[in-house]
Amino acid sequence: MIADRPIEQQTPTVPVKPKEGLFSKKNRQVLRDPLDDSNPITVQILGICSALAVTVQVKPALIMALGVTVVVAFSNLIISLIRRSIPNRIRIIVQLIVAAMLVTIVDQLLKAYMFDVSKKLSVFVGLIITNCIVMGRLEAFALAQKPWPSFLDGIGNGVGYGIILITVAVFREVLGSGTLLGYKVVPQWFYDHGYVNNGLMLLPPAALFLIGLLIWWQRSRNRKLINVS
Amino acid sequence: MENLVNLLVKSIFVENVIFAFFLGMCSFLAVSKKIKTAAGLGVAVIFVLILTTPLNYLILRYLLSEGALGWVHPSLATVDLTFLAFILFISTIAGAVQLVEMVVEKYAPSLYNSLGIFLPLITVNCSILGAALFMQEREYNFAETAVFSLGAGTGFFLAIVLLAAIRERLRYSHIPEPLQGLGIAMIITALMGLAFLSFSGFSL
Repeated sequence: MIADRPIEQQTPTVPVKPKEGLFSKKNRQVLRDPLDDSNPITVQILGICSALAVTVQVKPALIMALGVTVVVAFSNLIISLIRRSIPNRIRIIVQLIVAAMLVTIVDQLLKAYMFDVSKKLSVFVGLIITNCIVMGRLEAFALAQKPWPSFLDGIGNGVGYGIILITVAVFREVLGSGTLLGYKVVPQWFYDHGYVNNGLMLLPPAALFLIGLLIWWQRSRNRKLINVS
Repeated sequence: MENLVNLLVKSIFVENVIFAFFLGMCSFLAVSKKIKTAAGLGVAVIFVLILTTPLNYLILRYLLSEGALGWVHPSLATVDLTFLAFILFISTIAGAVQLVEMVVEKYAPSLYNSLGIFLPLITVNCSILGAALFMQEREYNFAETAVFSLGAGTGFFLAIVLLAAIRERLRYSHIPEPLQGLGIAMIITALMGLAFLSFSGFSL
């Protein structure tokens, strides 16, 4: 009877490679690095394009960050799965089409469940396709790595992007309109004594000022990032 | 006619792709270290924009929008394929860029040498896809689309050459170390954006 045999004899004696854990040290590194040391926005200069225009309020920024994370993670996963069968010459088109497919799904979901946010984001949802983070990570990571690390890399970069986006959005919303996620945070008492919302924060250049200052702060804290680009 | 001139001025100055919408920021910051290369990229962007945006307009108008397929067969008159817009737009852009690259390489080698390296970069320049999406959102007609794409491209050219000129001078100024490079480029872009804000409300 098979069941009586010890388990070792049932399994064929193929030398088993030491399997890497799902969250091994290397994988955690892949996940954590983009949050600070290789942040996609402030260090790699990726994805500034569509990022800044959606940061007037926190809510669209949050949705945008979520959308980008999903798209980067899954396009990394898909490209990594098919990386051996993509001809080199047309790889950009293949990557773009994978990204476009995922963005279409995100866009349709937003239109169905969050129509007001979708209207506010207008063309910027579509622009996730050409968001440099997607292409940059596909080229630099997913084309040469296994699916699981690629997926983690996508999540890490999406979150790193989200952190910057939300930081900028918090500043712009609190200083620019005195609210946070739509709730009033600056007390009426301030306005009664002559406090005025900073109109500059609502204008497009404010986002650039804030990111410039964030870069300054990050690089003076972490001096090895100076002159990376 | 007046409307078109107005649209041109508006898309170059008032709603500059860089300063008002941040489209194409990545290449704007990465390729603006020298005036010469910046101008090369700018010209390439204008070229690709004028080519692909009207092409995307035709695709949207005659293939994708609701009822557009009526000319193929009356029974298709109610089909609405606009949800495919992203995929078709980006494939058109990628295909057109690749085609342009090959044609230019074959028939104008000198132009290819000065422009060639930037062409593949342009596929993923947000301003190209952005122009196509704005064209769709604002429901421009064909003439408006053509003028708008010229204006958006010229706006990009203007912005990137201006920034490159400033950054060439910046090398000789004392900037705090952590702010050098990307940080100061961001802040200068913001200041230029403020200057461009003075055009708002401007019309002929």
